[in-house]
Amino acid sequence: MLRIRNLKCYYGRIMAVKGVSISVKKSQIITLIGANGSGKSTLLEAICGLLPGWEGEIFFEDTPLKGLDPPAVVRCGISLVPEGRLIFPPLSVLDNLKLGAYTLYRKHKHAEVKQTLEKMLDLFPILRERARQPAGTLSGGEQQMLAIGRALMSHPRLLLLDEPSMGLAPMMVEKIFQVLENLRNDGITILLVEQNALAALQIADFGYVFETGSVVLQGPASELMADQEVKRAYLGKDYGEFYENK
Amino acid sequence: MINRHLTRDRLLLAAFALLILCTGIFVENYYYLQMLTFIGINTLLALGLNMLMGYAGQISLGHAAFYGIGAYGTAIMTVHWHLSPWIALPGTILTAMLVAYIVGIPTLKLSGYYLGMGTLGFGMIVNIIFREWSSVTGGASGFVGIPTLELGPVSFASGRSYFFLVWGFVILSFIICHRIIDSRIGRALRAIHDGEKAAAAVGVDTAKLKLQVFVLSAAFAALAGFLYAHMVFFISPETFSFISSIRMVTMVVIGGMASIWGSLLGASLLTLLPEWLQAFSEFEMVVYGLILMIVMIFLPRGLTRGLLDIYERALKK
Repeated sequence: MLRIRNLKCYYGRIMAVKGVSISVKKSQIITLIGANGSGKSTLLEAICGLLPGWEGEIFFEDTPLKGLDPPAVVRCGISLVPEGRLIFPPLSVLDNLKLGAYTLYRKHKHAEVKQTLEKMLDLFPILRERARQPAGTLSGGEQQMLAIGRALMSHPRLLLLDEPSMGLAPMMVEKIFQVLENLRNDGITILLVEQNALAALQIADFGYVFETGSVVLQGPASELMADQEVKRAYLGKDYGEFYENK
Repeated sequence: MINRHLTRDRLLLAAFALLILCTGIFVENYYYLQMLTFIGINTLLALGLNMLMGYAGQISLGHAAFYGIGAYGTAIMTVHWHLSPWIALPGTILTAMLVAYIVGIPTLKLSGYYLGMGTLGFGMIVNIIFREWSSVTGGASGFVGIPTLELGPVSFASGRSYFFLVWGFVILSFIICHRIIDSRIGRALRAIHDGEKAAAAVGVDTAKLKLQVFVLSAAFAALAGFLYAHMVFFISPETFSFISSIRMVTMVVIGGMASIWGSLLGASLLTLLPEWLQAFSEFEMVVYGLILMIVMIFLPRGLTRGLLDIYERALKK
């Protein structure tokens, strides 16, 4: 569904992603794990058209994404839930959700947008309760739900999530990740960038481990979870006991 | 709820139109009518800039240039080229829009202070053109002989007829802005204000939309310039200087950012205040500055939001 070949991304003269190749299959959750500054978010920005000037190839369902601006990428069927959620705080929850369908309104699909809006409010009932509230008054978890709902409003076939668990309580992380699993079961492909490696690998089908702009390890999520190096570096030294107790 | 909100806004607009109609009919004093007409012209300026600054979050410190293009445009077209003012009206607005489009493409890539500096530079260049291109603009001594507006048997020479003409345009502009703000474009503008990256991530073409709203605000400023020129019949570069741009920004900030009614309140206050303060003779500007400071200290979100907050607090008590 998504093929990335030899991707190189730059911030000025600094190479943040150093020739990464990734493949994402349909209806799977693929996770990219790694420390801060390892290039995971940069890769998402390159896919979305938010980072110009990258080298290499990115194909989405055989469409080359090179040179496409963010609106064109959204129209292709890719949607991003950005790091830090980046909701629009003064706008109401409803307006935030409607903004997610910006590209659909352009095609005069008003009825479709209304239907999708109802679906999102069913998916996240708390958003229905808070529909008229300014989005900035929501809790962190609710804002994350809103960010996911907003991204889903454009009917993406590929959903990119950048650190959805950041700053959330464990219970809320569990809830959000349950939603992601349900979305995968509904046929949406998910590319998940996470620092919470344990939570990400538990729901993912396949994973890539990033280090200083390169992929250093890749494989099925279950294999990565068993990998001693991944355990040591990303899952914590007590992870083994924790996982066994779970 | 949305429908109730829309109905309330429409009712408010209808009530406002009725108020304007009654004012135009019952106010006899020529001076008052003229002051109210100036408020209308300034409201157009503030409204356009509010769309750009208040809604889309893009500052312009050179908007007086578009105001000047409207005024000088119609003066040149009607006096030098002998065109009807009604042909000059779309002509000047289109000219201002074209200039805004050309200037906006490189300038709107900037943001924050840099955008302010970019637009400031543009405003200064245009003002120098007005001042120095004497053979066409009349130079520093100004442009005289701008004709009265006439439409068939109706002459817009009197205070009353011009009042209705200007406020007719204001109400039409309110309706246009209202429709934009309540649409997906309005939501996208506010999204750009809150975060350009997030707006782009949901598929908003931020560069295009910023340019479009810049062009729209230039059109409003040019319309105001056109109405100003045909009201006073004489224009000079001072009216369209940097100070004028700052005055427009002040109208928006004092009235209330991202508020159509804020544009009206800001324009009213900044038009009437110098008149009211004439009693302070040489201290006029000191008191003027003090009042603006007090408004900003006690009502930092502008008059509209501040007055609404006071009203809501009073209701709770």
